[in-house]
Amino acid sequence: MTDSAELHIARSGEGLDIRIAGGWTVAAAAGVDARLRALEAERPARARFELGGLSTLDTAGAFLLCRTIGALEAAGVRVEVGGVAPRHRLLLETVAAARRPPLPPEPRINPALRILAGIGEATAGIGAEFMRLLGFTGIVVETLGRTLLRPGRLRVVSLVHHMEQAGLNAVPIIALITFLIGAVVTFLGSDILTTFGAEVYTINLLAFAFLREFGVLLAAIMVAGRSGSAFTAQIGSMRAREEVDAMQTLGLDPIEVLVLPRLIALVIALPLLTVVGDLAGIAGGLIVSWAMLDMTPWLFIARLTEVAEARHFLAGLIKAPFFAFVIATIGCFQGLLVEGTAESVGRRTTLSVVEAIFLVIVLDAAFAIFFIEVGW
Amino acid sequence: MAGEDVIISVRGLRNQFGPQVVHDGLDLDVRRGEVIGIVGGSGTGKSVLLRSIVGLNRPVAGRIEVFGQDLMALDEPARRRQEQRWGVLFQDGALFSSLTVTENVQVPMREHLDLPPRLMDELAALKIGLVGLPAEAGGKLPGQLSGGMRKRAGLARALGLDPEIVFLDEPTAGLDPIGAAAFDDLIRRLQGSLGLTVFMVTHDLDSLYAICDRIAVLAEKRVIVSGTIDELIAFDHPWVRDYFQGPRGQAAAARRDRGRGGGS
Repeated sequence: MTDSAELHIARSGEGLDIRIAGGWTVAAAAGVDARLRALEAERPARARFELGGLSTLDTAGAFLLCRTIGALEAAGVRVEVGGVAPRHRLLLETVAAARRPPLPPEPRINPALRILAGIGEATAGIGAEFMRLLGFTGIVVETLGRTLLRPGRLRVVSLVHHMEQAGLNAVPIIALITFLIGAVVTFLGSDILTTFGAEVYTINLLAFAFLREFGVLLAAIMVAGRSGSAFTAQIGSMRAREEVDAMQTLGLDPIEVLVLPRLIALVIALPLLTVVGDLAGIAGGLIVSWAMLDMTPWLFIARLTEVAEARHFLAGLIKAPFFAFVIATIGCFQGLLVEGTAESVGRRTTLSVVEAIFLVIVLDAAFAIFFIEVGW
Repeated sequence: MAGEDVIISVRGLRNQFGPQVVHDGLDLDVRRGEVIGIVGGSGTGKSVLLRSIVGLNRPVAGRIEVFGQDLMALDEPARRRQEQRWGVLFQDGALFSSLTVTENVQVPMREHLDLPPRLMDELAALKIGLVGLPAEAGGKLPGQLSGGMRKRAGLARALGLDPEIVFLDEPTAGLDPIGAAAFDDLIRRLQGSLGLTVFMVTHDLDSLYAICDRIAVLAEKRVIVSGTIDELIAFDHPWVRDYFQGPRGQAAAARRDRGRGGGS
């Protein structure tokens, strides 16, 4: 059944005799395509196609015949077709009817211009999306205010579920990461400070870095990667399956049902995770000091209580709810922007994580400046 | 019966999901070149049957042969070759959402054949035309198409390699009556000109009357009857009677008779 496509072209005076035989199928199409194109470029006075020997014909084979015959006829060649079996005639007619004139090629644009246009489009897009994010934040704050006035409307089950997912389940990974970073900071810090004979200040470095910055920042980045992305994917696939629209038609407010429980859960969970991060980071430092610097844990803790003031701890902790707000808002915002395809869910999830981490770091810088100005 | 060219043969099929038995001792024959319609109430496992035949669902027991070969017993290359000989249209088209319609149609050609790019473009445009989509649809992403257009594009992809069997899962569900009738006509025309065997799961009574040579009814976990529509109407089983003698069945039959009367 896989006999090859045969194409015999014979010249007779002014015209061509073309004998088509064998199996003209999609598998054999590549073999005769180039020869047929060459034939289409010729201008004989007449052409006669003989299809008597054709055993099998599929749409690809029929297309090739229609294309060649059509091109020759368009060039003013007198075309005769003979020996068409009835079963092939129906297919040829179907294919001829389905052919469309080729689309005009895309207009060519200067590459430099296209790059410029791309930059402009992206910039305008970022601006527009930022405005929408601001608008969305406004709606969320308004809904949050309304719900806090009537706490009965808060979805407690959903809230607890998200606190478990985003908070409790993140404890091991956040503890591990901050522990390792705490160990690294202590190790590198003591190495450098020893050259100045100031290795006792390693604990100051650790306490200062972790309580003010690393604890909260590492926790926030992990949560953005873990939970911000999950929020986008969850809400996004709900959007893709029109669940969010269904919610609206049933009189449920998606902000109240989907966004608020996630937002409040993160605002509660992230400060707690920050405390976990602070403790694990300091534990990492303690282990390294004990093993590498011959500092007993008792001495370490005594030094730590001397240098770690409550204001450092609070300066770190106070940032956590703000970071949580940013992460949850962006995660939900991007989820609600999904446009119905799986690809859109993937793109929005990436955007959600990138934007959340970016804004967390920008916000952290703003806090740092603020704390310096107020002398905290 | 034995003399006829059986292209799909299902014997003693049993499908089970947990404690729920979907098929038990199901037998079915599909002959080469026919259009067979599979009907049955919701949850009788019509789509599961289709998925079992194309190898997406491994049955608990039973034997399924397509082109005389048991798919589950074939090695990987033989199985790939087998799969090129059929095309499947899933319920919502199942187009790859990151590819344009043209690219979707070209997926099987790229994967299995070595064709010049220009010819592939032309063939994709032809398939898109064959299923009745406008030429501009080729450059669009599936997300930009309506449900009916996605279905047509899915059919264009299923026809990409000119298969011998086409499996259709509810091809006319969700189409407007004009679109559904056009789809029926399209399948009938392609079937006639390409000599396709069509295995169609459907709820659409008009489709059954318009294009099916034979109909198999799934009930009680097996095929309780298969035959021409007139044979089924005469068959005595409560579900079959309700299905074909109910108001919608009567209306579809009347439409068919009127169509015949007008034609002769």
